[in-house]
Amino acid sequence: MTVTAAAQSTPPRRLTNRLWSRVLVYALLIFFAVLFLLPVYMVIMTSFKGTAEVNISTMWQLPQTFSIDAWRTAYERLAPGLSNSFLLVIPATVISAILGSLNGYVLSKWKFPGANIIFPLMLFGMFIPYQAILIPLVQFMSSIKLFNTLPGLILVHVVYGLPITTLIFRNYYAEVPNELLEAGSIDGAGFFGLYWKIVLPISLPGFVVVIIWQFTQIWNEFLFAVTVAQNTPMVTVALQNLSGSQIVQWNVQMAASFLAAIPTLIVYVLLGRYFIRGLLAGSVKG
Amino acid sequence: MIAFSMILPSIILLGIFVYGFIVITAQTSMTDSTATQRLSRLPANFVGVQNYNDLFSGPLDTRFRIDIVNTVFFTGLFITVCLGLGMLLAVLLDQKIRNESLFRTIFLFPMALSFVVTGVVWKWLFNPSSGINYLPTVIGLPPAQFRWFISEERILEFNWQDLPTILAVIALSIAAMFTLWFAVKRRSRAAIYGFMLVMILSFLVFSGVTASLNALPNPETHGFNLALIAVVVAAGWQMSGYTMAMYLAGLRGVSEELREAARVDGASEIGVYRHVVFPLLAPITLSAIIILGHISLKIFDLVYVMGGGDNLRIDMPGLNMFFETFRGQNFGRGAAIAMVMLLLVAVVIVPYLVNSFRSEAKRS
Repeated sequence: MTVTAAAQSTPPRRLTNRLWSRVLVYALLIFFAVLFLLPVYMVIMTSFKGTAEVNISTMWQLPQTFSIDAWRTAYERLAPGLSNSFLLVIPATVISAILGSLNGYVLSKWKFPGANIIFPLMLFGMFIPYQAILIPLVQFMSSIKLFNTLPGLILVHVVYGLPITTLIFRNYYAEVPNELLEAGSIDGAGFFGLYWKIVLPISLPGFVVVIIWQFTQIWNEFLFAVTVAQNTPMVTVALQNLSGSQIVQWNVQMAASFLAAIPTLIVYVLLGRYFIRGLLAGSVKG
Repeated sequence: MIAFSMILPSIILLGIFVYGFIVITAQTSMTDSTATQRLSRLPANFVGVQNYNDLFSGPLDTRFRIDIVNTVFFTGLFITVCLGLGMLLAVLLDQKIRNESLFRTIFLFPMALSFVVTGVVWKWLFNPSSGINYLPTVIGLPPAQFRWFISEERILEFNWQDLPTILAVIALSIAAMFTLWFAVKRRSRAAIYGFMLVMILSFLVFSGVTASLNALPNPETHGFNLALIAVVVAAGWQMSGYTMAMYLAGLRGVSEELREAARVDGASEIGVYRHVVFPLLAPITLSAIIILGHISLKIFDLVYVMGGGDNLRIDMPGLNMFFETFRGQNFGRGAAIAMVMLLLVAVVIVPYLVNSFRSEAKRS
């Protein structure tokens, strides 16, 4: 009895409740979206102001005159860093992706004794604070004459990128049914044959995830860049130098920040889905 | 065999670059190695745990102790903000929203940025005499007065010499809580062990043993520097999207049938979340705490850009290690700081890795 009575009386109230909760959900979402985008608004607006206009009292107002001087200055200051970063990030990403793919293939499809211990030990390498290896690393790089060179920094990023690239590919290949490989090995294909003919052709999504992840990480990295390659400043170091010197105007700093962020932002906006996958893979089980 | 030989180079590289280098850092941390010593090619003197002693109780090493206290407060606040905001955004996005992917893109885009970019932008926004302090003036209100990352305010102050006692009291209250809980649940053996622990800890506190553990000659005040709030806001802006993505992936894993079943049982929409969805997200929360925790323990770029190494109010061990080593050329001291950082991260990460792989081994 009571149940039916309640059911009869609720529909109109439920409907208004539902409407209100929808309004609340959207209001909150829009509020947070505005909050998250506030710094972006500030960056873009400040960067188009002329130097005379960068004034604390008018900080939140739109520029009166539209000026691209700040962008021009920022580009001049940042250009060497941008090109250094591209020269670093492309080879480092490609090499670590290839090595990660091979490692992931071995660890997921070829059982060998000790693999269950070796893999977690490898993974530990991506969680350590790099300060704990920095002093011997610098010494080692000088002893092999790679200190302060681009190849040196590439080597560093390849090595310390191995755990995450191996992890992503291992989890990716774990989904590939073993029957597929067994069929191939009956046909007489060996380790490389199976990799080349069966595994590699279906690896594209894995490579996209890994390449995007490594690209973003290496582009944004600062600690290695500022210690191992001071003389070939990467974009993050160039930006910090520009921001650290007191004489550079805020409009230039904002334009430079935006310039430094453009490559990773483009990748994120175009391939966000794969970026999120790499992100979640970082929490080991994903 | 071929398979193993293909992975061998990676194993050797990581063996040297991770474990070999950690061993060398550990060795260096027990010496008084400096630039002069290295240039003169003389072996550094072995000083045992002297560097560590200095860091925790040397009268001149206040900076490291500030860093540790900063790290603790920053980590707690940063994790709370990221979990709370991430969960809220994920639940909001889970309400079958129109333009969901647009909102998701907005909340997650800061993750694609460098901490250096975040630092530069927020330094401008936190400028005390402009920035977000002047945001209220847009709608005619007076500007806010908080000085953000250069604020000198400090709350929850304590004397570093009291730290052993404070830690013991905290441990004591946790142990007492558990003992009580065990007693209520009638798990008598656990309750007895808990009671013994409580007794031992109270003895240590009240007999003055913990108070006598302070090795620092003079009182030294530490506390929660409110300037850290600025760093938490910037870091939270960047990383909340990450927890949101983790929670969202978890929410998508909760099947609609399960929720429908709960609704049929009379659960309200909030009840469905409380009794069905949130319990299923508990493992994700744990992962998120560990990942965020280890990020905040090693944080470097953001505070480097915002503080530049001079602003001790927001200083962190990673920054201290960098300046000690590469500006001060005190390799022994720098290595000791690095080892403390490694230990802190290992305490969080090693159980996590062991647990992940133990459960994986069970499944397969």
